[in-house]
Amino acid sequence: MGTLLRARVLDQLGPPVDFGAVRLEWEIAKRGWRRYAAYPLATAAGVFTNTIFGFLQAYILLAVYRHRTNVGGYDSHDTLTYVWLVQALLMTVYAFGWQELALRVRDGSITSDLSRPLNPQRYWLAFDLGRAPYHFIFRGIVPFAIGALIFRLHYPSPLDAGVFAVSVLLAVVASLGFRFLYNLTAFWVLDVRGVMMVSLTISLFFSGMIMPLTFFPTWLRELARALPFASFLQTPVDVWLGQYHAWELGLQVLWAAVLLAVGQLVLRRATQRVVVQGG
Amino acid sequence: MGDAVLLWGRLVGAQIRSQAQYRVSLVLEILGAFLLSFIDFLAIVVIFHNTPRLAEWNVQEVAFLYALSSISFALTDLLIGHLDQFPQKIRDGNFDIMLVRPRGTLFQVLGSDFQMRRLGKAFQGIAVLAYALSVLHVHWTIARLAVLLVSVPAGVVIFASVWVVFGCMAFWTTDGGEFTNAFTYGGSFLAQYPIDIYSAWLRRFLAYAVPLAFVCYFPALFVLGKHDPLGLPRGLQVVSPAVAVVATVVAGCAWRFAVRHYRSAGG
Repeated sequence: MGTLLRARVLDQLGPPVDFGAVRLEWEIAKRGWRRYAAYPLATAAGVFTNTIFGFLQAYILLAVYRHRTNVGGYDSHDTLTYVWLVQALLMTVYAFGWQELALRVRDGSITSDLSRPLNPQRYWLAFDLGRAPYHFIFRGIVPFAIGALIFRLHYPSPLDAGVFAVSVLLAVVASLGFRFLYNLTAFWVLDVRGVMMVSLTISLFFSGMIMPLTFFPTWLRELARALPFASFLQTPVDVWLGQYHAWELGLQVLWAAVLLAVGQLVLRRATQRVVVQGG
Repeated sequence: MGDAVLLWGRLVGAQIRSQAQYRVSLVLEILGAFLLSFIDFLAIVVIFHNTPRLAEWNVQEVAFLYALSSISFALTDLLIGHLDQFPQKIRDGNFDIMLVRPRGTLFQVLGSDFQMRRLGKAFQGIAVLAYALSVLHVHWTIARLAVLLVSVPAGVVIFASVWVVFGCMAFWTTDGGEFTNAFTYGGSFLAQYPIDIYSAWLRRFLAYAVPLAFVCYFPALFVLGKHDPLGLPRGLQVVSPAVAVVATVVAGCAWRFAVRHYRSAGG
């Protein structure tokens, strides 16, 4: 059964052995890109909304700088850069929640995913790595450019820009690892809405999306730095601002690896529970 | 009119009864929403950890604004929160079913999805309001009490009208849902803070043209007896109910215009 399916899948994708797994992943990634590229109006609407939120948050945080010049190491330009980068990266790291896998578990389509000769986590990682560049380019660049037109922002050195690209990539992988994990709870609970709500609220707050972590009181900042969520947004932004240590990227690698590994473990436990009703 | 209210009451009553069947689940969802909403408020606390005042406002006064915005938003969400999913209704053709029923379409949208779990956020807003009022030492007068009591229903009507106007987008494109978010979630976010911190163009656009300043900012100035940093006429502080009426008329016209231009995909 497995080999037959594999043969069929690879058949559709052209030469089987030569390109192998990378080719398969490349094809999946292309589908990830295309899925979102198919709705240009939705993209435009999203850009508009990111821009409005960018302005609101920019003016709110600027008001703090009427009374001081530095907050936790950020001057007002750093903070404004922070605001616009977060709006630019929100969709790239898919901070607002993803429940595609959970829905497949609920409606049973997961059983056909599991019968394919491809680990679902690998599938979704490849898909997400195709989606993320689309969102980075089409949801990220325009809001940031608008912010840059109105406010004086901070720009990275060429080296930091390179490290920033790596950091964003790590952020996407770590975030997928986390999203995959909370989606898997669908194997145990019937309604994932509650789990989603808790995961989203906590990750949005501790990733620095609502407020830069530099604004937090020390103890809360320390707590946030110890959690995986800072790797999703705060770390890439700090890299852009040139305010980072190499170990913070190491931490991103570590969180990406840990979240993916835990995802695999939980997936294995979950699949032992699957009972296919009919067929 | 009375007939419509009665019917609305029945529709909503049926949904309340059905949700009350799963009592534990409902209580947990309300409690969850109540607790999670405090994270929003935590953002305000974090800001004031870094500054004693945001422009001319202290933390208690901003908490008051936040509470008004939060309560109005939560109650609007309770009434028409599912307008989020309205584009889906158009896409899958379910809006056509509404058209053939012997009631207005907007009326049907209003009564079709009453989720009690959304009360959790309203309770959180009330808790923050209680905190703010307990530390603010408001010099209560009949007029101030009246403005406070009226500001919530007026705020709900203004929010709801804004949601309906921008929700009409769905009649032209079902992909524009995120555009509406700028005014629904964006609107309540804007209203949580004193509007004098925003730049003038943003204020003109989102606080006056889209009348979000009348949800919290102007009523708050009146109730707290605060001098308006923007120096606008004092009369504006008490006209929220009138603004709400105008907003309703605009929303009704927009909806009617949109429905008249609606073309079903058939099916």
